[in-house]
Amino acid sequence: MPHWLSLSPDEATAVALSLKVATWAMLGSLIPAVLVALALARGRFWGKTLLNGVVHLPLVMPPVVTGYLLLLALGRKAAIGQFLADHFGLTFSFRWTGAALACAIMGFPLMVRAIRLSIEAVDRKLEAAAQTLGASPLWVLLTVTLPLALPGVVAGMILSFAKAMGEFGATITFVSNIPGETQTLPSAIYSLTQVPGGDPAAFRLTAISIAISLLALIASEVLARRVARGVAA
Amino acid sequence: MTIAIAARHTMGDFVLDVDITTSGRLTALFGPSGSGKTTLINVVAGLLRPRTGRVVVDDRVLLDSARNICLPVHRRRIGYVFQDARLLPHLTVRQNLAYGRWFAAARAPASTVARLVDMLGIGPLLDHRPAMLSGGERQRVAIGRALLSGPQLLLMDEPLAALDEPRKAEIIPYIERLRDEALVPILYVSHAVAEVSRLADHVVLLDQGRTTAQGSPAEVIRRLDLLPLDERAEGGSLIAMQVDDYDPDFDLTTLTAAAGVARVPGRWGPKGTPVTLRIRARDVMVATLHPDRISALNVFQGTVVAIAPSGPSGLTLTLDCGGTPLVSSLTRYSASRLGLTPGMEVYAVVKSVSVAPAGH
Repeated sequence: MPHWLSLSPDEATAVALSLKVATWAMLGSLIPAVLVALALARGRFWGKTLLNGVVHLPLVMPPVVTGYLLLLALGRKAAIGQFLADHFGLTFSFRWTGAALACAIMGFPLMVRAIRLSIEAVDRKLEAAAQTLGASPLWVLLTVTLPLALPGVVAGMILSFAKAMGEFGATITFVSNIPGETQTLPSAIYSLTQVPGGDPAAFRLTAISIAISLLALIASEVLARRVARGVAA
Repeated sequence: MTIAIAARHTMGDFVLDVDITTSGRLTALFGPSGSGKTTLINVVAGLLRPRTGRVVVDDRVLLDSARNICLPVHRRRIGYVFQDARLLPHLTVRQNLAYGRWFAAARAPASTVARLVDMLGIGPLLDHRPAMLSGGERQRVAIGRALLSGPQLLLMDEPLAALDEPRKAEIIPYIERLRDEALVPILYVSHAVAEVSRLADHVVLLDQGRTTAQGSPAEVIRRLDLLPLDERAEGGSLIAMQVDDYDPDFDLTTLTAAAGVARVPGRWGPKGTPVTLRIRARDVMVATLHPDRISALNVFQGTVVAIAPSGPSGLTLTLDCGGTPLVSSLTRYSASRLGLTPGMEVYAVVKSVSVAPAGH
Protein backbone atom coordinates (compact mmCIF):
# COMPACT_ATOMS: atom_id res chain seq x y z
CA MET A 1 0.00 0.00 0.00
CA PRO A 2 1.47 3.38 -0.92
CA HIS A 3 2.39 5.54 2.03
CA TRP A 4 -0.21 8.21 1.28
CA LEU A 5 -3.05 5.64 1.54
CA SER A 6 -2.15 4.15 4.91
CA LEU A 7 -4.36 5.41 7.73
CA SER A 8 -3.11 6.95 10.93
CA PRO A 9 -4.51 5.34 14.13
CA ASP A 10 -6.86 8.30 14.60
CA GLU A 11 -8.22 7.97 11.09
CA ALA A 12 -8.70 4.21 11.47
CA THR A 13 -10.59 4.86 14.71
CA ALA A 14 -12.92 7.29 12.95
CA VAL A 15 -13.68 4.71 10.23
CA ALA A 16 -14.32 1.93 12.74
CA LEU A 17 -16.47 4.21 14.87
CA SER A 18 -18.53 5.26 11.87
CA LEU A 19 -19.19 1.64 10.94
CA LYS A 20 -20.15 0.82 14.53
CA VAL A 21 -22.46 3.82 14.86
CA ALA A 22 -24.15 3.14 11.50
CA THR A 23 -24.65 -0.55 12.27
CA TRP A 24 -26.25 0.16 15.64
CA ALA A 25 -28.37 2.95 14.21
CA MET A 26 -29.65 0.57 11.53
CA LEU A 27 -30.30 -2.40 13.83
CA GLY A 28 -31.75 -0.29 16.64
CA SER A 29 -34.32 1.39 14.43
CA LEU A 30 -35.38 -1.80 12.62
CA ILE A 31 -38.13 -3.03 14.95
CA PRO A 32 -39.60 0.42 15.73
CA ALA A 33 -39.54 1.20 11.99
CA VAL A 34 -41.40 -2.02 11.12
CA LEU A 35 -44.02 -1.29 13.80
CA VAL A 36 -44.50 2.31 12.71
CA ALA A 37 -44.62 1.27 9.04
CA LEU A 38 -47.27 -1.34 9.87
CA ALA A 39 -49.31 1.22 11.78
CA LEU A 40 -49.08 3.71 8.93
CA ALA A 41 -49.76 1.15 6.18
CA ARG A 42 -52.53 -0.83 7.84
CA GLY A 43 -53.70 0.99 10.93
CA ARG A 44 -56.85 3.07 11.11
CA PHE A 45 -56.56 5.23 14.19
CA TRP A 46 -56.93 8.77 15.33
CA GLY A 47 -53.72 10.78 14.92
CA LYS A 48 -52.31 8.73 12.05
CA THR A 49 -51.55 11.88 10.05
CA LEU A 50 -49.83 13.35 13.09
CA LEU A 51 -47.69 10.21 13.54
CA ASN A 52 -46.78 10.33 9.88
CA GLY A 53 -45.76 13.97 10.26
CA VAL A 54 -43.65 13.36 13.35
CA VAL A 55 -41.86 10.43 11.71
CA HIS A 56 -41.00 12.56 8.69
CA LEU A 57 -39.90 15.64 10.68
CA PRO A 58 -36.16 14.74 10.77
CA LEU A 59 -36.25 14.62 6.97
CA VAL A 60 -37.40 18.23 6.61
CA MET A 61 -35.98 19.95 9.71
CA PRO A 62 -32.42 21.25 9.67
CA PRO A 63 -30.26 18.46 11.18
CA VAL A 64 -28.87 20.94 13.66
CA VAL A 65 -32.38 21.41 15.06
CA THR A 66 -32.80 17.66 15.56
CA GLY A 67 -29.40 17.53 17.27
CA TYR A 68 -30.22 20.46 19.49
CA LEU A 69 -33.58 18.97 20.49
CA LEU A 70 -31.81 15.72 21.37
CA LEU A 71 -29.35 17.68 23.46
CA LEU A 72 -32.20 19.47 25.26
CA ALA A 73 -34.02 16.19 25.93
CA LEU A 74 -31.17 13.82 26.66
CA GLY A 75 -28.32 16.05 27.84
CA ARG A 76 -26.71 15.30 31.20
CA LYS A 77 -28.78 17.98 32.92
CA ALA A 78 -32.02 17.25 31.07
CA ALA A 79 -34.80 15.39 32.87
CA ILE A 80 -35.11 12.47 30.45
CA GLY A 81 -31.36 12.13 30.15
CA GLN A 82 -30.94 12.02 33.91
CA PHE A 83 -33.79 9.53 34.30
CA LEU A 84 -32.28 7.16 31.73
CA ALA A 85 -28.83 7.49 33.31
CA ASP A 86 -30.10 6.87 36.85
CA HIS A 87 -32.43 3.97 36.14
CA PHE A 88 -30.97 2.22 33.11
CA GLY A 89 -27.36 3.40 33.07
CA LEU A 90 -27.94 4.78 29.58
CA THR A 91 -25.98 7.90 28.69
CA PHE A 92 -26.27 9.43 25.26
CA SER A 93 -24.76 12.89 25.36
CA PHE A 94 -21.15 13.12 24.15
CA ARG A 95 -20.99 9.32 23.76
CA TRP A 96 -20.93 7.11 20.68
CA THR A 97 -24.36 5.78 21.71
CA GLY A 98 -25.66 9.31 21.25
CA ALA A 99 -24.16 9.41 17.78
CA ALA A 100 -25.96 6.16 16.99
CA LEU A 101 -29.23 7.55 18.36
CA ALA A 102 -28.90 10.76 16.32
CA CYS A 103 -28.13 8.73 13.18
CA ALA A 104 -31.05 6.37 13.85
CA ILE A 105 -33.47 9.27 14.17
CA MET A 106 -32.17 10.96 11.01
CA GLY A 107 -32.48 7.68 9.05
CA PHE A 108 -35.82 6.66 10.58
CA PRO A 109 -38.11 8.37 8.03
CA LEU A 110 -36.21 6.75 5.16
CA MET A 111 -36.49 3.31 6.71
CA VAL A 112 -40.17 3.68 7.61
CA ARG A 113 -40.98 4.93 4.14
CA ALA A 114 -39.32 2.01 2.36
CA ILE A 115 -40.95 -0.58 4.64
CA ARG A 116 -44.35 1.10 4.52
CA LEU A 117 -44.40 1.15 0.72
CA SER A 118 -43.54 -2.53 0.48
CA ILE A 119 -46.17 -3.47 3.09
CA GLU A 120 -48.76 -1.51 1.14
CA ALA A 121 -47.75 -3.46 -1.96
CA VAL A 122 -48.44 -6.83 -0.32
CA ASP A 123 -51.56 -8.40 -1.85
CA ARG A 124 -54.17 -8.48 0.89
CA LYS A 125 -55.90 -11.34 -0.90
CA LEU A 126 -52.92 -13.52 0.02
CA GLU A 127 -53.39 -12.54 3.66
CA ALA A 128 -57.07 -13.48 3.44
CA ALA A 129 -56.08 -16.82 1.93
CA ALA A 130 -53.68 -17.47 4.81
CA GLN A 131 -56.44 -16.66 7.30
CA THR A 132 -58.78 -19.20 5.71
CA LEU A 133 -56.01 -21.77 6.18
CA GLY A 134 -56.14 -21.17 9.92
CA ALA A 135 -53.45 -18.51 10.45
CA SER A 136 -54.27 -15.94 13.12
CA PRO A 137 -53.58 -12.26 12.34
CA LEU A 138 -50.18 -12.43 14.10
CA TRP A 139 -49.18 -15.53 12.14
CA VAL A 140 -50.34 -13.89 8.91
CA LEU A 141 -48.09 -10.94 9.72
CA LEU A 142 -45.08 -13.14 10.47
CA THR A 143 -45.50 -15.69 7.67
CA VAL A 144 -47.05 -13.69 4.85
CA THR A 145 -46.93 -9.90 5.22
CA LEU A 146 -43.38 -9.45 6.49
CA PRO A 147 -41.74 -12.08 4.23
CA LEU A 148 -43.44 -10.51 1.21
CA ALA A 149 -42.37 -7.04 2.36
CA LEU A 150 -38.77 -8.19 2.87
CA PRO A 151 -37.34 -6.35 -0.17
CA GLY A 152 -38.61 -3.09 1.33
CA VAL A 153 -37.21 -3.97 4.75
CA VAL A 154 -33.79 -4.65 3.24
CA ALA A 155 -33.93 -1.44 1.20
CA GLY A 156 -34.91 0.50 4.31
CA MET A 157 -32.01 -0.95 6.31
CA ILE A 158 -29.50 -0.03 3.61
CA LEU A 159 -30.91 3.49 3.35
CA SER A 160 -30.71 3.90 7.12
CA PHE A 161 -27.10 2.61 7.16
CA ALA A 162 -26.09 4.93 4.31
CA LYS A 163 -27.76 7.90 5.98
CA ALA A 164 -25.94 7.10 9.23
CA MET A 165 -22.56 6.92 7.46
CA GLY A 166 -23.09 10.45 6.15
CA GLU A 167 -24.90 12.05 9.06
CA PHE A 168 -23.13 15.17 10.29
CA GLY A 169 -25.30 18.02 11.54
CA ALA A 170 -27.38 16.31 14.20
CA THR A 171 -24.45 14.20 15.42
CA ILE A 172 -22.00 17.07 15.86
CA THR A 173 -24.65 19.19 17.60
CA PHE A 174 -25.75 16.44 20.00
CA VAL A 175 -22.51 14.62 20.82
CA SER A 176 -19.83 17.03 19.54
CA ASN A 177 -16.69 15.86 17.76
CA ILE A 178 -14.57 13.90 20.26
CA PRO A 179 -11.85 11.79 18.61
CA GLY A 180 -12.26 8.14 19.60
CA GLU A 181 -15.74 8.63 21.07
CA THR A 182 -17.99 10.61 18.75
CA GLN A 183 -15.76 11.61 15.83
CA THR A 184 -17.31 9.77 12.86
CA LEU A 185 -16.03 9.91 9.27
CA PRO A 186 -17.84 13.11 8.28
CA SER A 187 -16.81 14.99 11.43
CA ALA A 188 -13.21 13.74 11.06
CA ILE A 189 -13.12 14.99 7.47
CA TYR A 190 -14.62 18.28 8.57
CA SER A 191 -11.99 18.69 11.30
CA LEU A 192 -9.18 17.87 8.88
CA THR A 193 -10.34 20.53 6.43
CA GLN A 194 -10.14 23.07 9.22
CA VAL A 195 -6.43 22.56 9.98
CA PRO A 196 -3.40 23.42 7.76
CA GLY A 197 -1.91 20.34 6.07
CA GLY A 198 -4.96 18.20 6.72
CA ASP A 199 -5.77 17.67 3.03
CA PRO A 200 -4.01 14.29 2.45
CA ALA A 201 -5.78 12.78 5.45
CA ALA A 202 -9.12 14.34 4.43
CA PHE A 203 -8.60 12.86 0.97
CA ARG A 204 -7.93 9.37 2.40
CA LEU A 205 -11.08 9.44 4.49
CA THR A 206 -13.05 10.76 1.52
CA ALA A 207 -11.86 7.83 -0.57
CA ILE A 208 -12.88 5.40 2.18
CA SER A 209 -16.23 7.09 2.49
CA ILE A 210 -16.83 6.68 -1.24
CA ALA A 211 -15.74 3.03 -1.10
CA ILE A 212 -18.11 2.22 1.79
CA SER A 213 -21.00 3.97 0.04
CA LEU A 214 -20.35 2.00 -3.14
CA LEU A 215 -20.13 -1.27 -1.23
CA ALA A 216 -23.42 -0.53 0.53
CA LEU A 217 -25.10 0.21 -2.79
CA ILE A 218 -23.79 -2.99 -4.39
CA ALA A 219 -24.74 -5.03 -1.35
CA SER A 220 -28.26 -3.58 -1.45
CA GLU A 221 -28.59 -4.43 -5.15
CA VAL A 222 -27.43 -8.01 -4.63
CA LEU A 223 -29.62 -8.50 -1.56
CA ALA A 224 -32.64 -6.91 -3.18
CA ARG A 225 -32.27 -9.13 -6.22
CA ARG A 226 -31.91 -12.27 -4.12
CA VAL A 227 -34.87 -11.35 -1.94
CA ALA A 228 -36.98 -10.40 -4.96
CA ARG A 229 -36.28 -13.83 -6.47
CA GLY A 230 -37.45 -15.40 -3.24
CA VAL A 231 -40.80 -13.64 -3.19
CA ALA A 232 -41.44 -13.41 -6.94
CA ALA A 233 -45.12 -13.92 -7.64
CA MET B 1 -73.92 -32.69 7.04
CA THR B 2 -76.25 -29.72 6.91
CA ILE B 3 -75.23 -26.21 6.05
CA ALA B 4 -77.57 -23.34 6.86
CA ILE B 5 -76.76 -19.85 5.63
CA ALA B 6 -78.84 -16.75 6.15
CA ALA B 7 -77.50 -13.31 5.37
CA ARG B 8 -78.76 -9.80 4.79
CA HIS B 9 -76.29 -7.23 3.66
CA THR B 10 -76.25 -3.99 1.70
CA MET B 11 -73.33 -2.70 -0.34
CA GLY B 12 -74.23 0.47 -2.24
CA ASP B 13 -77.17 -0.44 -4.46
CA PHE B 14 -76.65 -4.16 -4.03
CA VAL B 15 -78.78 -6.00 -1.51
CA LEU B 16 -77.99 -9.56 -0.52
CA ASP B 17 -80.90 -11.37 1.10
CA VAL B 18 -80.48 -15.12 1.17
CA ASP B 19 -81.66 -17.92 3.41
CA ILE B 20 -80.68 -21.41 2.32
CA THR B 21 -80.22 -24.84 3.84
CA THR B 22 -78.49 -27.64 2.02
CA SER B 23 -77.22 -31.09 2.80
CA GLY B 24 -75.76 -31.70 -0.65
CA ARG B 25 -72.28 -33.09 -1.11
CA LEU B 26 -71.62 -30.43 -3.70
CA THR B 27 -74.00 -27.50 -3.63
CA ALA B 28 -73.65 -25.10 -6.52
CA LEU B 29 -74.36 -21.42 -5.99
CA PHE B 30 -75.32 -20.58 -9.52
CA GLY B 31 -76.07 -17.22 -11.07
CA PRO B 32 -74.82 -14.39 -13.28
CA SER B 33 -71.90 -12.23 -12.21
CA GLY B 34 -73.06 -9.69 -9.67
CA SER B 35 -75.74 -12.00 -8.28
CA GLY B 36 -74.01 -12.23 -4.90
CA LYS B 37 -72.51 -15.73 -5.09
CA THR B 38 -69.00 -14.73 -4.01
CA THR B 39 -70.39 -12.30 -1.44
CA LEU B 40 -72.34 -15.17 0.05
CA ILE B 41 -69.39 -17.55 0.39
CA ASN B 42 -67.29 -14.71 1.79
CA VAL B 43 -69.93 -14.46 4.50
CA VAL B 44 -69.50 -18.19 5.16
CA ALA B 45 -65.69 -17.86 5.25
CA GLY B 46 -65.89 -14.83 7.52
CA LEU B 47 -64.15 -12.54 5.03
CA LEU B 48 -67.29 -10.41 5.01
CA ARG B 49 -69.45 -9.69 8.02
CA PRO B 50 -73.04 -9.14 6.94
CA ARG B 51 -75.31 -6.66 8.66
CA THR B 52 -77.35 -9.58 9.95
CA GLY B 53 -76.83 -13.25 9.36
CA ARG B 54 -76.49 -16.76 10.65
CA VAL B 55 -74.15 -19.46 9.40
CA VAL B 56 -74.33 -22.95 10.88
CA VAL B 57 -72.30 -25.89 9.61
CA ASP B 58 -73.66 -29.04 11.19
CA ASP B 59 -73.92 -27.94 14.80
CA ARG B 60 -71.16 -25.37 14.74
CA VAL B 61 -72.40 -21.81 14.78
CA LEU B 62 -69.91 -19.71 12.80
CA LEU B 63 -71.98 -16.57 12.74
CA ASP B 64 -75.10 -15.48 14.54
CA SER B 65 -75.57 -11.74 14.54
CA ALA B 66 -78.62 -12.07 16.82
CA ARG B 67 -76.46 -13.65 19.52
CA ASN B 68 -73.42 -11.55 18.61
CA ILE B 69 -71.38 -14.60 17.61
CA CYS B 70 -68.85 -14.14 14.83
CA LEU B 71 -65.93 -16.56 14.70
CA PRO B 72 -62.79 -15.04 13.18
CA VAL B 73 -61.78 -16.39 9.77
CA HIS B 74 -58.93 -18.52 11.08
CA ARG B 75 -61.12 -20.39 13.57
CA ARG B 76 -63.93 -21.28 11.15
CA ARG B 77 -62.31 -24.38 9.66
CA ILE B 78 -63.53 -23.44 6.20
CA GLY B 79 -61.30 -24.35 3.27
CA TYR B 80 -61.43 -21.78 0.48
CA VAL B 81 -60.28 -22.37 -3.10
CA PHE B 82 -60.14 -18.95 -4.73
CA GLN B 83 -60.66 -18.26 -8.40
CA ASP B 84 -57.07 -16.99 -8.60
CA ALA B 85 -55.57 -19.85 -6.47
CA ARG B 86 -53.72 -17.39 -4.18
CA LEU B 87 -50.78 -19.67 -3.45
CA LEU B 88 -48.20 -17.98 -1.24
CA PRO B 89 -45.56 -16.87 -3.76
CA HIS B 90 -42.61 -17.02 -1.36
CA LEU B 91 -43.21 -20.67 -0.50
CA THR B 92 -42.75 -23.83 -2.57
CA VAL B 93 -45.68 -26.10 -3.40
CA ARG B 94 -44.65 -28.40 -0.54
CA GLN B 95 -44.56 -25.48 1.90
CA ASN B 96 -47.89 -24.18 0.63
CA LEU B 97 -49.43 -27.58 1.34
CA ALA B 98 -47.75 -27.69 4.75
CA TYR B 99 -49.03 -24.21 5.57
CA GLY B 100 -52.66 -25.23 5.92
CA ARG B 101 -51.75 -28.51 7.59
CA TRP B 102 -49.62 -26.72 10.21
CA PHE B 103 -52.60 -24.77 11.53
CA ALA B 104 -55.07 -27.67 11.39
CA ALA B 105 -56.52 -28.74 14.76
CA ALA B 106 -56.02 -32.41 13.92
CA ARG B 107 -52.96 -32.49 11.69
CA ALA B 108 -53.41 -34.81 8.74
CA PRO B 109 -51.04 -37.82 8.94
CA ALA B 110 -48.29 -38.07 6.33
CA SER B 111 -50.15 -40.92 4.63
CA THR B 112 -53.14 -38.63 3.99
CA VAL B 113 -50.85 -36.01 2.52
CA ALA B 114 -49.26 -38.58 0.23
CA ARG B 115 -52.64 -39.88 -0.91
CA LEU B 116 -53.92 -36.37 -1.60
CA VAL B 117 -50.76 -35.38 -3.47
CA ASP B 118 -51.18 -38.51 -5.52
CA MET B 119 -54.88 -37.97 -6.17
CA LEU B 120 -54.29 -34.38 -7.31
CA GLY B 121 -51.29 -35.39 -9.39
CA ILE B 122 -49.02 -32.74 -7.90
CA GLY B 123 -46.15 -34.99 -6.76
CA PRO B 124 -43.69 -33.77 -9.42
CA LEU B 125 -44.42 -30.13 -8.52
CA LEU B 126 -43.65 -30.26 -4.81
CA ASP B 127 -40.36 -28.37 -4.99
CA HIS B 128 -41.55 -25.77 -7.49
CA ARG B 129 -42.55 -22.22 -6.71
CA PRO B 130 -46.10 -21.14 -7.61
CA ALA B 131 -44.73 -18.78 -10.28
CA MET B 132 -43.51 -21.80 -12.25
CA LEU B 133 -46.89 -23.58 -12.33
CA SER B 134 -49.61 -23.48 -14.97
CA GLY B 135 -53.06 -22.21 -14.03
CA GLY B 136 -54.44 -25.74 -13.74
CA GLU B 137 -51.54 -26.91 -11.59
CA ARG B 138 -51.95 -23.92 -9.27
CA GLN B 139 -55.62 -24.68 -8.86
CA ARG B 140 -54.90 -28.32 -7.95
CA VAL B 141 -52.31 -27.24 -5.37
CA ALA B 142 -54.83 -24.75 -3.97
CA ILE B 143 -57.39 -27.55 -3.60
CA GLY B 144 -54.83 -29.74 -1.80
CA ARG B 145 -53.76 -26.91 0.47
CA ALA B 146 -57.35 -26.12 1.44
CA LEU B 147 -58.12 -29.78 2.17
CA LEU B 148 -55.02 -30.23 4.34
CA SER B 149 -56.13 -27.39 6.61
CA GLY B 150 -58.71 -29.89 7.93
CA PRO B 151 -61.84 -28.00 6.85
CA GLN B 152 -65.38 -28.90 7.79
CA LEU B 153 -66.61 -27.33 4.59
CA LEU B 154 -64.86 -26.49 1.33
CA LEU B 155 -65.71 -23.31 -0.58
CA MET B 156 -64.79 -23.12 -4.25
CA ASP B 157 -65.17 -19.77 -5.99
CA GLU B 158 -65.34 -20.43 -9.73
CA PRO B 159 -62.15 -22.48 -9.57
CA LEU B 160 -62.33 -23.15 -13.31
CA ALA B 161 -63.27 -19.67 -14.54
CA ALA B 162 -59.71 -18.52 -15.19
CA LEU B 163 -58.77 -21.72 -17.07
CA ASP B 164 -59.06 -22.70 -20.73
CA GLU B 165 -61.07 -25.74 -21.83
CA PRO B 166 -58.26 -28.34 -21.65
CA ARG B 167 -57.32 -27.14 -18.14
CA LYS B 168 -60.95 -27.28 -17.04
CA ALA B 169 -61.18 -30.84 -18.32
CA GLU B 170 -58.03 -31.58 -16.30
CA ILE B 171 -59.49 -30.36 -12.99
CA ILE B 172 -63.12 -31.52 -13.21
CA PRO B 173 -62.34 -35.20 -12.50
CA TYR B 174 -60.52 -34.21 -9.29
CA ILE B 175 -63.51 -32.23 -8.09
CA GLU B 176 -65.79 -35.16 -8.95
CA ARG B 177 -63.61 -37.42 -6.84
CA LEU B 178 -63.76 -35.03 -3.91
CA ARG B 179 -67.53 -35.05 -4.20
CA ASP B 180 -67.87 -38.81 -4.62
CA GLU B 181 -65.45 -39.75 -1.85
CA ALA B 182 -67.45 -37.38 0.37
CA LEU B 183 -64.30 -36.11 2.06
CA VAL B 184 -65.87 -32.79 2.84
CA PRO B 185 -69.04 -31.03 1.65
CA ILE B 186 -68.45 -28.41 -1.02
CA LEU B 187 -70.09 -25.07 -1.75
CA TYR B 188 -69.27 -24.35 -5.37
CA VAL B 189 -69.75 -20.97 -7.01
CA SER B 190 -70.34 -21.09 -10.74
CA HIS B 191 -71.99 -19.24 -13.58
CA ALA B 192 -71.74 -22.07 -16.11
CA VAL B 193 -74.55 -24.56 -16.77
CA ALA B 194 -72.04 -27.13 -18.03
CA GLU B 195 -70.12 -27.16 -14.72
CA VAL B 196 -73.18 -27.09 -12.51
CA SER B 197 -74.96 -29.90 -14.33
CA ARG B 198 -71.87 -32.06 -14.23
CA LEU B 199 -70.69 -31.42 -10.67
CA ALA B 200 -73.55 -30.41 -8.40
CA ASP B 201 -76.07 -32.56 -6.58
CA HIS B 202 -77.92 -29.52 -5.31
CA VAL B 203 -78.21 -26.14 -7.01
CA VAL B 204 -79.15 -22.78 -5.56
CA LEU B 205 -79.94 -20.24 -8.25
CA LEU B 206 -79.15 -16.65 -7.29
CA ASP B 207 -80.11 -13.44 -9.01
CA GLN B 208 -79.50 -9.91 -7.76
CA GLY B 209 -78.78 -11.09 -4.25
CA ARG B 210 -81.83 -13.32 -3.93
CA THR B 211 -82.56 -17.03 -4.30
CA THR B 212 -84.75 -17.61 -7.35
CA ALA B 213 -84.80 -21.41 -7.37
CA GLN B 214 -83.20 -24.40 -5.75
CA GLY B 215 -83.24 -28.13 -6.26
CA SER B 216 -81.48 -30.85 -8.18
CA PRO B 217 -79.44 -29.74 -11.22
CA ALA B 218 -82.09 -31.28 -13.51
CA GLU B 219 -84.84 -29.25 -11.85
CA VAL B 220 -82.93 -25.99 -12.01
CA ILE B 221 -81.31 -26.01 -15.44
CA ARG B 222 -84.58 -26.68 -17.24
CA ARG B 223 -85.96 -23.42 -15.80
CA LEU B 224 -84.79 -21.44 -18.82
CA ASP B 225 -86.72 -18.39 -17.63
CA LEU B 226 -84.58 -18.20 -14.47
CA LEU B 227 -81.14 -18.99 -15.90
CA PRO B 228 -78.60 -16.17 -16.31
CA LEU B 229 -79.06 -14.55 -19.74
CA ASP B 230 -75.63 -15.47 -21.04
CA GLU B 231 -76.16 -19.12 -20.08
CA ARG B 232 -79.79 -19.48 -21.16
CA ALA B 233 -78.74 -21.11 -24.42
CA GLU B 234 -77.04 -23.85 -22.38
CA GLY B 235 -80.16 -24.64 -20.37
CA GLY B 236 -82.12 -27.78 -21.00
CA SER B 237 -82.74 -31.25 -19.64
CA LEU B 238 -80.62 -33.73 -17.71
CA ILE B 239 -81.58 -37.36 -18.18
CA ALA B 240 -80.11 -40.17 -16.10
CA MET B 241 -79.42 -43.14 -18.36
CA GLN B 242 -77.52 -46.43 -18.40
CA VAL B 243 -75.09 -47.90 -20.87
CA ASP B 244 -76.75 -50.78 -22.70
CA ASP B 245 -74.49 -51.70 -25.57
CA TYR B 246 -71.43 -50.57 -27.51
CA ASP B 247 -71.07 -50.93 -31.27
CA PRO B 248 -67.36 -50.89 -32.18
CA ASP B 249 -68.04 -50.66 -35.95
CA PHE B 250 -69.65 -47.25 -35.61
CA ASP B 251 -68.03 -46.35 -32.27
CA LEU B 252 -71.48 -45.75 -30.84
CA THR B 253 -72.90 -46.45 -27.37
CA THR B 254 -76.57 -47.19 -26.82
CA LEU B 255 -78.07 -45.78 -23.63
CA THR B 256 -81.42 -46.62 -22.12
CA ALA B 257 -83.81 -45.03 -19.65
CA ALA B 258 -87.53 -44.78 -19.10
CA ALA B 259 -87.50 -41.82 -21.47
CA GLY B 260 -86.34 -44.03 -24.33
CA VAL B 261 -83.17 -45.05 -26.09
CA ALA B 262 -80.29 -42.76 -27.05
CA ARG B 263 -77.22 -43.34 -29.18
CA VAL B 264 -74.08 -41.35 -28.42
CA PRO B 265 -70.62 -41.41 -30.03
CA GLY B 266 -67.73 -42.97 -28.12
CA ARG B 267 -67.45 -45.65 -25.51
CA TRP B 268 -69.02 -44.97 -22.12
CA GLY B 269 -68.05 -47.98 -20.05
CA PRO B 270 -69.54 -51.46 -19.55
CA LYS B 271 -73.24 -52.29 -19.60
CA GLY B 272 -75.04 -50.74 -16.67
CA THR B 273 -72.70 -47.75 -16.25
CA PRO B 274 -74.79 -44.75 -15.17
CA VAL B 275 -74.35 -41.61 -17.27
CA THR B 276 -76.08 -38.26 -17.45
CA LEU B 277 -77.29 -36.98 -20.78
CA ARG B 278 -77.55 -33.21 -21.13
CA ILE B 279 -79.82 -31.98 -23.89
CA ARG B 280 -79.94 -28.25 -24.51
CA ALA B 281 -83.44 -26.93 -25.08
CA ARG B 282 -82.35 -25.23 -28.31
CA ASP B 283 -81.14 -28.58 -29.67
CA VAL B 284 -84.59 -30.16 -29.45
CA MET B 285 -86.92 -30.00 -32.47
CA VAL B 286 -90.51 -31.13 -32.25
CA ALA B 287 -92.42 -33.19 -34.81
CA THR B 288 -96.04 -34.32 -34.68
CA LEU B 289 -95.35 -37.40 -36.84
CA HIS B 290 -92.55 -39.87 -36.24
CA PRO B 291 -89.67 -38.69 -38.41
CA ASP B 292 -88.09 -41.63 -40.25
CA ARG B 293 -85.72 -40.41 -42.87
CA ILE B 294 -83.70 -38.01 -40.72
CA SER B 295 -80.03 -37.87 -39.73
CA ALA B 296 -80.64 -37.12 -36.04
CA LEU B 297 -79.87 -40.22 -33.98
CA ASN B 298 -82.10 -39.56 -31.04
CA VAL B 299 -85.86 -39.23 -31.11
CA PHE B 300 -87.91 -39.39 -27.93
CA GLN B 301 -91.65 -39.76 -27.77
CA GLY B 302 -93.47 -37.58 -25.26
CA THR B 303 -96.55 -35.68 -24.25
CA VAL B 304 -96.76 -31.90 -24.15
CA VAL B 305 -97.26 -30.87 -20.53
CA ALA B 306 -96.58 -27.13 -20.56
CA ILE B 307 -96.10 -24.27 -22.98
CA ALA B 308 -94.59 -21.11 -21.53
CA PRO B 309 -93.76 -17.88 -23.38
CA SER B 310 -90.07 -17.01 -23.62
CA GLY B 311 -89.32 -13.59 -25.02
CA PRO B 312 -91.44 -11.86 -27.68
CA SER B 313 -91.20 -14.59 -30.32
CA GLY B 314 -90.28 -17.75 -28.44
CA LEU B 315 -91.79 -20.48 -26.32
CA THR B 316 -90.47 -23.06 -23.95
CA LEU B 317 -92.17 -26.40 -24.38
CA THR B 318 -92.04 -29.03 -21.66
CA LEU B 319 -92.58 -32.64 -22.66
CA ASP B 320 -93.05 -35.69 -20.51
CA CYS B 321 -91.01 -38.53 -21.95
CA GLY B 322 -91.79 -41.65 -19.91
CA GLY B 323 -91.82 -39.61 -16.70
CA THR B 324 -88.72 -37.57 -17.53
CA PRO B 325 -89.21 -33.90 -18.40
CA LEU B 326 -87.61 -32.68 -21.63
CA VAL B 327 -87.63 -29.00 -22.57
CA SER B 328 -87.47 -27.50 -26.03
CA SER B 329 -87.09 -23.90 -27.22
CA LEU B 330 -89.10 -23.05 -30.31
CA THR B 331 -90.75 -20.08 -31.92
CA ARG B 332 -94.35 -19.21 -31.24
CA TYR B 333 -94.88 -19.43 -34.96
CA SER B 334 -93.79 -23.10 -35.15
CA ALA B 335 -95.92 -23.98 -32.15
CA SER B 336 -99.00 -22.43 -33.67
CA ARG B 337 -98.29 -24.02 -37.09
CA LEU B 338 -98.08 -27.46 -35.45
CA GLY B 339 -101.10 -26.64 -33.29
CA LEU B 340 -99.28 -27.72 -30.12
CA THR B 341 -101.49 -27.97 -27.04
CA PRO B 342 -100.98 -29.65 -23.68
CA GLY B 343 -101.75 -33.36 -23.82
CA MET B 344 -100.61 -33.77 -27.42
CA GLU B 345 -98.34 -36.67 -28.36
CA VAL B 346 -95.20 -35.43 -30.13
CA TYR B 347 -91.71 -36.56 -31.08
CA ALA B 348 -88.66 -34.71 -29.79
CA VAL B 349 -85.81 -34.79 -32.29
CA VAL B 350 -82.52 -34.17 -30.56
CA LYS B 351 -79.75 -32.63 -32.66
CA SER B 352 -76.92 -33.04 -30.20
CA VAL B 353 -76.28 -34.21 -26.66
CA SER B 354 -73.45 -34.08 -24.22
CA VAL B 355 -72.73 -37.03 -21.98
CA ALA B 356 -71.00 -37.09 -18.61
CA PRO B 357 -70.35 -39.89 -16.16
CA ALA B 358 -73.01 -39.71 -13.45
CA GLY B 359 -72.01 -38.98 -9.88
CA HIS B 360 -72.67 -41.66 -7.34
